[in-house]
Amino acid sequence: MASKAADVIGTQPLLPQPWVVSEVTRETDDVVTLTMDPGSGAAPMVFRPGQFNMLYAFGVGEVPISISGDPAHEAQLIHTLRAVGFVTRALCALQPGDLIGVRGPYGSHWPIEQHAGRDIVLVAGGIGLAPLRPAIYHILSHRDRYGEVALLYGARKPDELLFPDEFDAWRKAGIQVEITVDNADACWEGRVGVVTTLIRHGRFERTAASAFMCGPEVMMRFAAQELENQGVTPDKVFVSMERNMKCAIGLCGHCQLGPEFICTDGAVFALPRVQRLMTIREL
Amino acid sequence: MKDLVTLVAEHPFFEDLAPAHLALVVGCAQMAVYKKNDYLFKYGDDAAYFFLLRYGRVALELTGPGADSFRFQTVGAGEVLGWSWLFPPHQSQFDARVIEDARVIRFDGKCLRAKCDSDPVLGYDLMKRFAQVMVRRFADTRLQLIDVYGKQGR
Ligand SMILES: Cc1cc2nc3c(=O)[nH]c(=O)nc-3n(C[C@H](O)[C@H](O)[C@H](O)COP(=O)(O)OP(=O)(O)OC[C@H]3O[C@@H](n4cnc5c(N)ncnc54)[C@H](O)[C@@H]3O)c2cc1C
Ligand code: FES
Repeated sequence: MASKAADVIGTQPLLPQPWVVSEVTRETDDVVTLTMDPGSGAAPMVFRPGQFNMLYAFGVGEVPISISGDPAHEAQLIHTLRAVGFVTRALCALQPGDLIGVRGPYGSHWPIEQHAGRDIVLVAGGIGLAPLRPAIYHILSHRDRYGEVALLYGARKPDELLFPDEFDAWRKAGIQVEITVDNADACWEGRVGVVTTLIRHGRFERTAASAFMCGPEVMMRFAAQELENQGVTPDKVFVSMERNMKCAIGLCGHCQLGPEFICTDGAVFALPRVQRLMTIREL
Repeated sequence: MKDLVTLVAEHPFFEDLAPAHLALVVGCAQMAVYKKNDYLFKYGDDAAYFFLLRYGRVALELTGPGADSFRFQTVGAGEVLGWSWLFPPHQSQFDARVIEDARVIRFDGKCLRAKCDSDPVLGYDLMKRFAQVMVRRFADTRLQLIDVYGKQGR
């Protein structure tokens, strides 16, 4: 599942490849989706849902960002980023035609193929829908391989929902898309409440479901608890973890969480491997 | 069409309610239909009822003079709405506005309180059911308060 440091060492693993921004989509006030084509010398990228790249804003810095595009479309690379600091702000300010440095893909992936035949629950919070979108695209291309599929998505406010234009198509393709926001004004006719409330009402067979979660760790902890209350066992739950990174290939230890290196052992983990670590303040 | 007893028994809130208690609570219940934008109750109203939602969705809102209402929660099918009927001063704490046509089972609070007073086993059972809902709502509210999708939530 994980890419090994030894696989990439010796191939100039820290050297970013040039990609060219071809499209910039403003998703919300502070979230942007960048579509990129390979620049000169860069090859199209084969990746698996849940993997991430190190994106380099020239002269500013490099950050890990999950791939949010369709794994079947290798020619283009799509990332969705929230501007929170120096590097992400610089990346979100890029324009079509600008160059960006990319190295990857890195890390483990959502083990979605191993869970064929089961019901699938995707729990996303905020920007966490972006790393799950490649898994959704995979499911859409292989819809008959899965039972019930439920996307349970929570955001802070209605105007912070990502990819709302795609929800109808996902629903038509047989995905139950349930949305909730933390608060709203009276114009919003959807649900208001935390994402855990969606788990209680999701249509899926509790004992035959596998869950894939991405969002703030606090949210994932409570969602994992709720999934377990509903009968989904932790070994069938997978989470994507975030820690600051430098090398992304298991060399520097920057991303360490207890015994785990998020960059090579994760970022996607089976819940039992990280469940206890998620509660230790000192880590 | 299902009768009221069956509908109450089938609602998740009253899962596994003893048959004797089922008969008692149904004696205080009636079916009701509310259209979009109807209010189930408003802030400061006598909290005369509580509601089991069978279909539809209801928004809980706080409003101030001249201000837009702030929607802090919605309640949908399979959920229960209203616990102010249980506690003095029996007044509603917010507005409950229908945002999707709703079919509900409406319980008369005064009628139920009287039955709980004369049958403490029923009272204790009901109290446990409402306490469970409250604990969940408080836990959910905590998550909302820490603004989990903002920088604090990381
Ligand atoms: C495997 C992995 C995948 C990721 N995928 C994505 C993705 O798809 N999209 C995306 O937008 N981000 C993603 N991130 C998070 C992203 O890497 C960070 O937001 C980024 O490193 C911040 O760098 P910066 O220089 O912009 O901010 P910094 O200058 O490092 O931080 C500025 C401020 O923002 C806060 N901050 C930093 N990171 C975050 C965060 N993730 N959320 C909220 N506040 C933060 C810091 O605490 C600090 O207060 C991912 C992280 C990992 C480890
Ligand atoms: S980022 Fe260097 S070891 Fe993970």
